[in-house]
Amino acid sequence: MSKKATIGFSEEQAQLLEVATTFCRDKSPIEKVRSLLENERGYDDAIWTEMAELGWLAIAVPEEFGGIGLGVAEVVPVVEQMGRTMMAGPFVSTTLAAQAMLVGGTDEQKQKYLPDLCAGTKATLALSEPHGDWDLTHVECTAERLGDTLKLSGRKTFVENADTADLLLVSVSLEGAPALVVVERSVLPEGTLRREVVIDETRRSYQVTFDGVEVPASALLDPSKTTAALVHVDLCASLLLSAEMCGAAASCIDYTVDYLQTRKQFGKKIGSYQALKHPIVDAHVGYEQARSHLYCAAFNFTQQGEGEVATRIAKAQAGEALSYAADRAIQFHGGFGFTYDCDAQLYRRRSLWCENQFGDSAYQRAKLAELLL
Amino acid sequence: MSTISEKELSDYRSDAAAWFAENTNADPGFMLPLTFMEVGTDQQFNFLREWQHKVYEAGYLGAAWPKEYGGGGLDQKFQTIATEEMAKANGPIMLNAIGLNWAGPLILDMGTDEERKRYIKGILSAEDIWCQGFSEPENGSDLGNAQTKAVRDGDDWVLNGSKIWTTQGNYAKYMILLARTNPDAPNKYAGLSFFLSPMQVDGIETVPIRKLTGEYGFTQTFFTEARIPGDSLMGKEGEGWLVAMRTLEYERGVKGGQPGGYVMRASDPFEIVELARKATRGGKPALEDPVIKDQLIQLMIEARSLQLNSKRGHIQPLVQDKPASLALSSKLMATEFMRRLNEFAITLQGQRGAYYVGEPDAYDEGLWQRAYLNSFSATIGGGTSQIQRNIIGEHVLGLPKS
Ligand SMILES: Cc1cc2nc3c(=O)[nH]c(=O)nc-3n(C[C@H](O)[C@H](O)[C@H](O)COP(=O)(O)OP(=O)(O)OC[C@H]3O[C@@H](n4cnc5c(N)ncnc54)[C@H](O)[C@@H]3O)c2cc1C
Ligand SMILES: Cc1cc2nc3c(=O)[nH]c(=O)nc-3n(C[C@H](O)[C@H](O)[C@H](O)COP(=O)(O)OP(=O)(O)OC[C@H]3O[C@@H](n4cnc5c(N)ncnc54)[C@H](O)[C@@H]3O)c2cc1C
Repeated sequence: MSKKATIGFSEEQAQLLEVATTFCRDKSPIEKVRSLLENERGYDDAIWTEMAELGWLAIAVPEEFGGIGLGVAEVVPVVEQMGRTMMAGPFVSTTLAAQAMLVGGTDEQKQKYLPDLCAGTKATLALSEPHGDWDLTHVECTAERLGDTLKLSGRKTFVENADTADLLLVSVSLEGAPALVVVERSVLPEGTLRREVVIDETRRSYQVTFDGVEVPASALLDPSKTTAALVHVDLCASLLLSAEMCGAAASCIDYTVDYLQTRKQFGKKIGSYQALKHPIVDAHVGYEQARSHLYCAAFNFTQQGEGEVATRIAKAQAGEALSYAADRAIQFHGGFGFTYDCDAQLYRRRSLWCENQFGDSAYQRAKLAELLL
Repeated sequence: MSTISEKELSDYRSDAAAWFAENTNADPGFMLPLTFMEVGTDQQFNFLREWQHKVYEAGYLGAAWPKEYGGGGLDQKFQTIATEEMAKANGPIMLNAIGLNWAGPLILDMGTDEERKRYIKGILSAEDIWCQGFSEPENGSDLGNAQTKAVRDGDDWVLNGSKIWTTQGNYAKYMILLARTNPDAPNKYAGLSFFLSPMQVDGIETVPIRKLTGEYGFTQTFFTEARIPGDSLMGKEGEGWLVAMRTLEYERGVKGGQPGGYVMRASDPFEIVELARKATRGGKPALEDPVIKDQLIQLMIEARSLQLNSKRGHIQPLVQDKPASLALSSKLMATEFMRRLNEFAITLQGQRGAYYVGEPDAYDEGLWQRAYLNSFSATIGGGTSQIQRNIIGEHVLGLPKS
């Protein structure tokens, strides 16, 4: 870690921040989020189409593949605002799949898939397994070469939006080494998806059993780039999850502050009691730090070394910030905080999901210790 | 405004770097204070006064203050560069902190031309040391309740009462003083007035107070029928609270306009890594202990937070939600962080954490122990962390008053 941490903000980031703020606020108010909790798909496809038309899926893909040619840094403000209004959908999973393809795919694969992904084809990652290890190279699913085909077997977990994604990027162990395979959902036999019951009810998560699924050998991503692709996806995911958590922390604090400004007990607004005021200030201060780290990570993302450090810090801090804010949000709403109707639970559930994807705060700090000490 | 070329700036930077490399003496052979609140001996005082004078004479302090009052008249960019180079050279702190950082900017901002002419140059050159008479034995956090009295008598004001925790009170030539001029005002704030009061007059006595470190650093100030001239009043009679509030904006770093330099030295988490390498646990370097590693990384992250917050503070789209937030939070964050960092450095030392300054076997000459004890100066002085949380809660989050 360099002694002086840097931060910067591009014109494009500023524009996207502004547009995304209004878009997410208008399209995903809390009533909408709640109305989708019971919905099988979990998101509004019309909004998805609008986002695709706005070009958001193309932000971090080079122009030669139908993208806009900016970086993941420019995706950050968009995801931050989605997190702020708790908008759900396959935006992050599709963006991550495109990034995996970009770094790990062959030229033909990039030509074939990336323009579609930029235009709104949905995709997802199938990297996690029942062992629950955050190390993406710990892969027990296998692929076996049979002439011109690859025969897969094993089970993947936490595959987001698997029911509506057209493409799945699957990690497998091939000849003893991790490899990535692109699987079109249309080839999956009936009954391979099982919806998981997950703590964040805004999300749709699936187990996918790949036993016996066969794909052409051309579905294999460039084996010489597997490691790079996994590293890239790991960090991209951490960065975007940090963005989502920062956004959520901001609105969780706003939501709680609103309550503290209106609810009266003992003849006074409860926000005047320091037992609530001081911890909510600490939550706010924690959020401010997390946001600084988020934009530092976005700014440094492509820097060798510094990018990883900044991103892991961002994930660790965003996780801590949101979990504290959301935990106190429940408590500070008193009996109402204990109800399903109080939005505090939505934030807390989301925070538990986000923290536990791609490594929680302690895991990030352990990785940082390897890098820095 | 004329534009400044990159060349001008880089030339200035190399000149400043060369000057500080040549002139900085960070180790005069006795312990230098880490903050301006710790100047406890004449030896320290004289050394630091000379140092500030020298930096000023070289043009690296007050570079951006108006020339007509003794400043350098340059663009703020030059001062920023000078301050950066000063920090790189690990230079000693600036002594006259209250003059430089609160009284000076306040006088430039709200003072009359005459007041500026009279006071600014002496502040920069360290000829005139300033102190702050806000807190009283009974009224610290509740500053608006100050009871020290100023009564008009002919052309003069007559002071009676006592101020406490007066940093550098024993060295000061002037005090920024909040006193009650009207005990019958409709509310407590309306009865206050603000003075730029001389200290070396009959009836003003300062008594040193010993700090928890065992050293001396501040005083209690007693006023007994002390007579100060009529023109010591700053602003209008009865509007002292307004001026005091503006002063606090400078003190809390919410308002810019300071002349550069720095008045507190921060411990560096990288130094703690070194310490963790030297200290042992179970026969191995403490740095190999996973719990220690985790805590250390957490502290390094927080140190970065402070740097990044201040940089993000300048990126308008990223602060528009709550514009005052980062500035108002930074005192709380920075001071509480330093306290915990120093505390952690002591726990790292295992049993030897119990040594103190003066013990030859103490790690780093007991620096961390002394720094930890001293770190409360900043979590209490200038408004306690609790008061700071009230301010953030009320002014940033809009919560009702406590
Ligand atoms: C699972 C559960 C079961 C319950 N069962 C029953 C039951 O069977 N019968 C029944 O009568 N009640 C029951 N309660 C109600 C419970 O006693 C109240 O929820 C509790 O007393 C808090 O009151 P409140 O919900 O109105 O929150 P509020 O009083 O509005 O409090 C909101 C927040 O402000 C804080 N706060 C309030 N006043 C102050 C203060 N002066 N200083 C500092 N902080 C303050 C609180 O700690 C809380 O964080 C139950 C509650 C729960 C969660
Ligand atoms: C090293 C040092 C240098 C100083 N230098 C100067 C100086 O040069 N000039 C000057 O005028 N003053 C100076 N001070 C004084 C400083 O500003 C006061 O100490 C500070 O404002 C606290 O006031 P107090 O000591 O009276 O504590 P109190 O106000 O009595 O506070 C005692 C405790 O109660 C808490 N508390 C008080 N009110 C509230 C509240 N409303 N809500 C929550 N908690 C509360 C405080 O946080 C603290 O923990 C200095 C202090 C120190 C430590």
